[in-house]
Amino acid sequence: MEELLEAVSGALGERVLETVVHAEQLTIRLSRDTLIEDLTTLRNEGSCRFAVLLDMTAIDLPQRPERFEVVYIMLSPYLNQRLRVKVATDEFTPLASATSVWPSANWFERETWDMYGIMFSDHPDFRRILTDYGFSGHPLRKDFPLTGYSEVRYSEEQKRVVYEPVSLTQEFRSFDYASPWEGTSTLPGDEKAEDEAAA
Amino acid sequence: MAEVQIKPLTLNFGPQHPAAHGVLRMVLEMDGEIVERADPHVGLLHRGTEKLIEHKTYLQALPYFDRLDYVSPMCQEHGFALAVEKLLGIEAPARGQYIRVLFSEITRILNHLLNTGAFIMDVGATTPMLWTFEQRDKLLEFYERVSGARFHAAYFRPGGVHQDLPKGLDRDIAAFCDQFDAAIGDIETLATNNRIFRQRTVDIGIVSAEQAMALGFSGPMLRGSNVAWDLRKSQPYEVYDELDFDVVVGKNGDCFDRYVLRIEEMKQSIKIIRQCLDMMPGGEVLNEDHKFTPPRRGDMKQSMESLIHHFKLYTEGVKVPEGEVYAAVEAPKGEFGVFLVSDGSSKPYKCKIRAPGFAHLAAMDELSKGHQLADTVAILGSMDIVFGEIDR
Repeated sequence: MEELLEAVSGALGERVLETVVHAEQLTIRLSRDTLIEDLTTLRNEGSCRFAVLLDMTAIDLPQRPERFEVVYIMLSPYLNQRLRVKVATDEFTPLASATSVWPSANWFERETWDMYGIMFSDHPDFRRILTDYGFSGHPLRKDFPLTGYSEVRYSEEQKRVVYEPVSLTQEFRSFDYASPWEGTSTLPGDEKAEDEAAA
Repeated sequence: MAEVQIKPLTLNFGPQHPAAHGVLRMVLEMDGEIVERADPHVGLLHRGTEKLIEHKTYLQALPYFDRLDYVSPMCQEHGFALAVEKLLGIEAPARGQYIRVLFSEITRILNHLLNTGAFIMDVGATTPMLWTFEQRDKLLEFYERVSGARFHAAYFRPGGVHQDLPKGLDRDIAAFCDQFDAAIGDIETLATNNRIFRQRTVDIGIVSAEQAMALGFSGPMLRGSNVAWDLRKSQPYEVYDELDFDVVVGKNGDCFDRYVLRIEEMKQSIKIIRQCLDMMPGGEVLNEDHKFTPPRRGDMKQSMESLIHHFKLYTEGVKVPEGEVYAAVEAPKGEFGVFLVSDGSSKPYKCKIRAPGFAHLAAMDELSKGHQLADTVAILGSMDIVFGEIDR
């Protein structure tokens, strides 16, 4: 782990804004402005050589001013080490596309756009990938409901599949399983105890 | 004779075509018989697994992993179980680890049998498919005996495996191993040196080692290009470092190499299975810390403490400490990874599934450019595509 930390900080120096080691895994935070330059360094620098971009995703944290954390998961088969790079952004600020660094970023960025609505500039083929043709919204955002907005069925009259707003026969229930042993101090229906506590 | 102008043709391949291995729609731009550009449209099987997992407890999320790559279910449970274990800081007991490795390798054979059979059928021969399915059914029987289900096993749990092996299963698995070499030999005599098979696969869809890494390949697709990269060796998890097996690599990175590699990997898996059966220690199969793993049924009838643990685990679930973790296993198709983010509650805040097939299919354009239409089918077959994991 120390070797990896040394290699990464040796290659990027001051550009690493933050390093986190959790469960023996290294995560670094990089700045949005020099992202492509830094990723290219990580791939090419002799002491790192992160030749494989394994995956890309984002974490949605709506309470933050810049709500998305884009995560690049990469692997260096030469060092036998993994690294995660995080970059913060919001719905309106595009990130530079990493397709010039790793061709595999092409579909990963399309997926991140599709699922979270994060934009990537200079992407060669910027389309949605997993959702339906003509889909609107970005399903993995925390403010997108689990049931979605539209549903499909086959219409016997029109002889084709039609899209309709979701109608649930039963209201969507989200159980929070909060432990009754730790959560509440008064039992439900025990209003007398509450009144006494207030008095 | 006047020069004939051939109009470029756009061809719609799939989504309902047996050689598309599921629901792949591929828009091919053709110059006569030659593919100029392949544009796979995926997502026809998108079920929103990652979104669903965010709304389930960790234990409830586990069965979704069976339904990703539905021909190698247990390996994916393995990835998720390892990720949760890393967050919780627990480990499976020794016997549990051996059982996991044993069934991971059974799963690898299951997957490779289906793939080689289907691949050979894609390029023209029907018989091997029937033979591989005969062997697969024997293996699925082991799945059923150990977990109660032939496919959607939900057998690997965070902390170990759900139940111990039933009596006599080890003997039957050993008996399976003894007859398997002959069965594989049959398939090899039919296909490997068959002239038609070789004409369809040798020098088709060549990937160089650098290309394979840049495209994010893993598993047989990477090893086929002569890169000896196998997570079981390079970043061993469970008891793989105690076992003796070889990493098989290809030489040319074409479809034929990937086929031979899968056949050889099955033989290595048999070797691992035999060692697991010999070396398997006794003892518990699930971590004994019942703050994380459910207690045994028998204990629940006797002890109040166990009853409380059971109730808490099956309603509220395990509270997983805050943090994020990426865990990967060498699934039959390549590196299957799970990126888990926990906010300290009993449901994952985020779960990203790294499906090996996603990166492989993304390279379809690069691999099939300049090949004939029939070759795209061979390339697709050698990639080992399953849409459950790609579309998620």
